[in-house]
Amino acid sequence: MLNQAAHLSEKTFADDIPQAATRDGFGTGVIEAGKQDERVVVLCADLKESTRAEEFEKQFPDRFVEVGVAEQGMATIASGMAAAGKVPFIASYAAFSPGRNYEQIRTTIALNRMPVKICGMHAGVSVGPDGATHQMLEDIGMMRMLPGMTVIAPGDAEEARKAVVAAAKTDGPVYIRFGRAATPLFTTTQTPFSIGKALALFESEDPRVAILSTGSLSYAALEAAHALSNDGIGSLVLHVPTIKPLDTEAVIDAAKRVGRIVTVEEHQVAGGFGSAVAECLGEHHPVPLMRLGVADQFGQSGTPDELLTHYGLNATHIEEVVRAMLKK
Amino acid sequence: MLVTDDQIQALEKQAEATRETVIKMLVEAGSGHTAGPLGMADILTAFYFHILQHRPDEPLWEGRDRFILSNGHICPVLYATLAHAGYFPVEECLTLRKFGSRLQGHPERARLPGLETTSGPLGEGLAQAAGIAYAFRMDEKKQRVFCAMSDGEQEEGNTWEAVMFAGKNKLHNLTAIMDRNNIQIDGMTEDVMPLEPLADKYRAFNWHVLEVNGHDIMAFIQAIEEARAVYEKPTLIIAHTIPGKGVPEIEFDYHWHGKPPTKEEGKRFLKEIRTMSGKLPHEYA
Repeated sequence: MLNQAAHLSEKTFADDIPQAATRDGFGTGVIEAGKQDERVVVLCADLKESTRAEEFEKQFPDRFVEVGVAEQGMATIASGMAAAGKVPFIASYAAFSPGRNYEQIRTTIALNRMPVKICGMHAGVSVGPDGATHQMLEDIGMMRMLPGMTVIAPGDAEEARKAVVAAAKTDGPVYIRFGRAATPLFTTTQTPFSIGKALALFESEDPRVAILSTGSLSYAALEAAHALSNDGIGSLVLHVPTIKPLDTEAVIDAAKRVGRIVTVEEHQVAGGFGSAVAECLGEHHPVPLMRLGVADQFGQSGTPDELLTHYGLNATHIEEVVRAMLKK
Repeated sequence: MLVTDDQIQALEKQAEATRETVIKMLVEAGSGHTAGPLGMADILTAFYFHILQHRPDEPLWEGRDRFILSNGHICPVLYATLAHAGYFPVEECLTLRKFGSRLQGHPERARLPGLETTSGPLGEGLAQAAGIAYAFRMDEKKQRVFCAMSDGEQEEGNTWEAVMFAGKNKLHNLTAIMDRNNIQIDGMTEDVMPLEPLADKYRAFNWHVLEVNGHDIMAFIQAIEEARAVYEKPTLIIAHTIPGKGVPEIEFDYHWHGKPPTKEEGKRFLKEIRTMSGKLPHEYA
């Protein structure tokens, strides 16, 4: 059953659950952050509409900086603005930022300890028809390797809003990944969020598997848990929006209590969220583990649903994996 | 910013002392870059002993001008200059590149007071300087932002992204200084990847461009003054310098871009600097 403390949407399992893209949460969150702190500025590399930075520009024209198609420039100019006391959010597609400007982020933001907030849009295969070049599947791995970098993949637009507001209040650099496609809004304004904290979304009385998920696929994890529950198979769904620093306490606790773990993410299996969980459990509490993600492949054109289905990133496949795991 | 002949002489003497420190540092470190640091000694001396508004005993003073070193590999001359200016003891210069030192092989801002950025990977300094200048203008702060960069890093795309940004935004509080010494690791710049006409290129991007002899401290200070008076554009000062300046046997030789002198070479180089290549007697030479 749903964890009451998570205050999830009453429509969580309804067919007409409202949807929004996590990037929409960037748009609302960064305006909120901008109202709270006048040091907040937004830099954009010729993608203000699709990154949802446009509304910020309308509200705070003097604090919006258009750098043109120049992601390396965007990261380094933001580093300079942070050095001069600003709290810069840089928004582009994840394939280009951090995809193209990784070294600039590494040197002038991470090593240089500048509180720049890197916002990577259009992450994952759910970008859809744009195809593999624009479907960033390596960003979590790249960013979680950087010392001092916080890495967040919000579960829905509401949580994305909270993550952006929270990121503005931290002293360090933060990477937040957002998706293009509209996904179910399963959290509410009351749902707790704090950086570094995992949140149980669903827990049966006698869970036999723990599904640990990050990003908007946490909704697929919830759907899978719901279907399994209807079939008498208990599970725990632990939503882990912050991949770094990982909530190791919650992850280890899930492993200890449940004994079997499935991880779910819209990212390469290598190096991402599942890897972070495997590293943690391998050292502290090894249990049987299955990691769902994109298995050493690039994406391709298609609709988000077609692609998520093709790469096994939906509730049906999660359910199959859980059933197969329980048979072993 | 009037400057007298006496002041110029004092600055020249200081630059010589800085060069000596650089040679000693490199010999002691056993690795590092020689040509660039010697070539920029005059300009860095002009900055830290005459041009910059700064407080060595209060490195994070809010009102300071910002000096960004983009080509971090010439940091021996920045470290030596900062030390001579009073940021830290000159003796600490001999810890360059050693384990536990604040004087990393390439500058790390968080380790050493006085550094404004972390640098080494090329082509990133001008954009950071432009970001600072842009933010200063937003906040109506009057300080100036200076960025020293190499000619070789004009080959980096990131540099030109910053050139466009600064030109677009008319960042008059930003002055870039290009160390035009014509060498890079693999040879002469015009052989590796021709850069000329550099002045025309920057002008085409809406910059004001000046060219000076980078070893003529008076001329350099005057160029910085002219840049202050240009209100509609950022300024680039192309400073023509001699790589390895002060040690005739290595001047202009690109092989000295990325290697340090041996102990024996170091002794010889110090003598050349102290005697201006035999033109002056020197009690320690």
